[in-house]
Amino acid sequence: MSVSPPWFAIQQPLASRRRLLLGIVSFVLPLLIWCAVSYTPFIWHPMVRVENPGGVSWFRPGLLVERAVFAAENEKALAASQPAATGKRANPVFLPEPHKVAQAFYTAFTTEPKLRGDVWLHESLWRSIQTIFWGFLISCIIGIPLGILCGAYAFWSRIGEPVIDFIRYMPAPAFGALAVAVLGINDAPKIAIIFIGTFFQQVLVVANTIRRTDPALLEAAQTLGCRGFRLVLHVIVPSKLAELYTDTRILLGWAWTYLIVAEVVGVSSGITFFINQQAKYRNFENVYAAIIMIGLLGLATDQILAFIGKRLFPWETQRPSRIRAFITRLFSSRRTPLTASPRPPLSSTATSPEARS
Amino acid sequence: MNTSASPLPDYRAQSPAVAARFAKLKERPVVLTVENLTRRFTKADGTETTAIENINFVTHRREFVCILGPSGCGKSTLIRLLAGLDTPTSGRLLLDGKEVHGPGPERGMVFQGYTLFPWKTVTQNVMFGPIMRGTDSDEARREALQWIELVGLSKFADAYPNQLSGGMKQRVAIARALANNPRILLMDEPFGALDAQTRAQMQKHLLQIWKNVDVTILFITHDLDEAIYLADRILVLKANPGRVDELIEVPVPRPRSPEQFFSAEFLATRARLDALIHPPQPASALSDAIATENLPIIRLTQSGDDVE
Repeated sequence: MSVSPPWFAIQQPLASRRRLLLGIVSFVLPLLIWCAVSYTPFIWHPMVRVENPGGVSWFRPGLLVERAVFAAENEKALAASQPAATGKRANPVFLPEPHKVAQAFYTAFTTEPKLRGDVWLHESLWRSIQTIFWGFLISCIIGIPLGILCGAYAFWSRIGEPVIDFIRYMPAPAFGALAVAVLGINDAPKIAIIFIGTFFQQVLVVANTIRRTDPALLEAAQTLGCRGFRLVLHVIVPSKLAELYTDTRILLGWAWTYLIVAEVVGVSSGITFFINQQAKYRNFENVYAAIIMIGLLGLATDQILAFIGKRLFPWETQRPSRIRAFITRLFSSRRTPLTASPRPPLSSTATSPEARS
Repeated sequence: MNTSASPLPDYRAQSPAVAARFAKLKERPVVLTVENLTRRFTKADGTETTAIENINFVTHRREFVCILGPSGCGKSTLIRLLAGLDTPTSGRLLLDGKEVHGPGPERGMVFQGYTLFPWKTVTQNVMFGPIMRGTDSDEARREALQWIELVGLSKFADAYPNQLSGGMKQRVAIARALANNPRILLMDEPFGALDAQTRAQMQKHLLQIWKNVDVTILFITHDLDEAIYLADRILVLKANPGRVDELIEVPVPRPRSPEQFFSAEFLATRARLDALIHPPQPASALSDAIATENLPIIRLTQSGDDVE
């Protein structure tokens, strides 16, 4: 540990402290650029916010005008021996300062909806999450088993995949009008759009993952007396479980991208409705806050799923994880053994096998 | 075949003890009968190649047979046919007198690449066969732990395969195959990927296991010493197409030990195997052999900077 490896080494892992540091920097860097553009008046700032209208008749305090217009109007006012208007350089309304967006994170939740029938932000978010959840869940329930069948049996692959491959190229939003006609204007068509957006990809992705099953494992299982559909259940699926989990995580990201399209179908709803509404009122800090919230929600979900994945598939990680060891200890100290274990578990990785399979 | 100057005895000469052993062995019932086994492959360009042709042999109960041959003689094709992972073009395969098709638990197999299930612990891997058979989980676990103890891995019963060394993985694979109580254990170059020291240890382990378990072993190798050290009889194949060249009864007495590597019987058998596997080159192939043995390399070092 005395000699730390270089920062730039090809295909070499970085120390965990450095990885964390770089992870933070990757977020801080864009934030710094945003701050620089927002708080330094000489970078960009193409507008002027009027403070004192002076002799310009149509200027009002707080009005944003382009710098060229501001200068031209002032020249005209001076020529007419009127007092010049004063103002500060500012960014356009669609680029609020970071601190305003930070405030909006709080105020967006506390601002009462302006119109009757509008909804609070947390209601919008909750509705979006529900839409995603149902769309993605239905897609998984049908898509994963179908993908497994297609990956395991050439018969199902040939009967299913060509047409799925064809439909996959049709953009999901194209089905919007159809979905509304069939399913009405409320949540059903939105869930349908998310389903259409993820399902066809999911079948193909899952089938491809399943097809990469190590044939040697299948042969070994066959010589041990496993045959037919049991091979799928006992060898193919478990051997690819960790990869299927990762596939599903990635596909959940797809589902989020379809959310925005889905929510404008029929009656606009959810977070998209909130964003559109706030943009209409020109509350761009709220718009930014909402967009960042979607990002944070996605990131948080992904990280939680990744964390759970490490716990679910202990054979994938060779290094014992400290968190896993901790949790295992936590549970093993309280657990009354269900089956008489002949000897204590060798390592932290020894969790109940039945729970996984 | 015998070089007259050699002080080695004839490899066919058996001491009375060894001869008596073989007589007893041949009285035992036949476990595996291979009749005219042939496998042809159709290549992508439509031409046919014959991997193995008209293989005939029998193995008796609790016999240890090694299959030896030069690369490309169809050793692996043969064992895959025996395991049922491939279907023969013609010929029959009988286990205890009954014809078998397809893979089955009565013919256990140990692969060179271990093929342990990475998502299962050592115990769960060994339990796999019994569970597939319908044994209940507690009983299967109890059985599995006995097999794990037999291969000396009790301390690692709850480890995952990726935490084990190559030799340990192969011991788990052997335990997993044996847990099915197979009639015959097929081993496809099982120690080929191991380092020399581990390999020697594994050979010793395998002999111990074989001694204590009612199982017939068919073991593929390309290592002459390994074949002589382990086998009762060695089935030597020749290449293009793969055919039985000779079935050698190993005259080295049992129990075997590494000291026997230099005994007269061992060296005589080895010389015979060497002659079969690496036959003297005919004149036409000779120039080719010389060309490959001495590479046409020009000197790239300074004169005086010699290493030998």
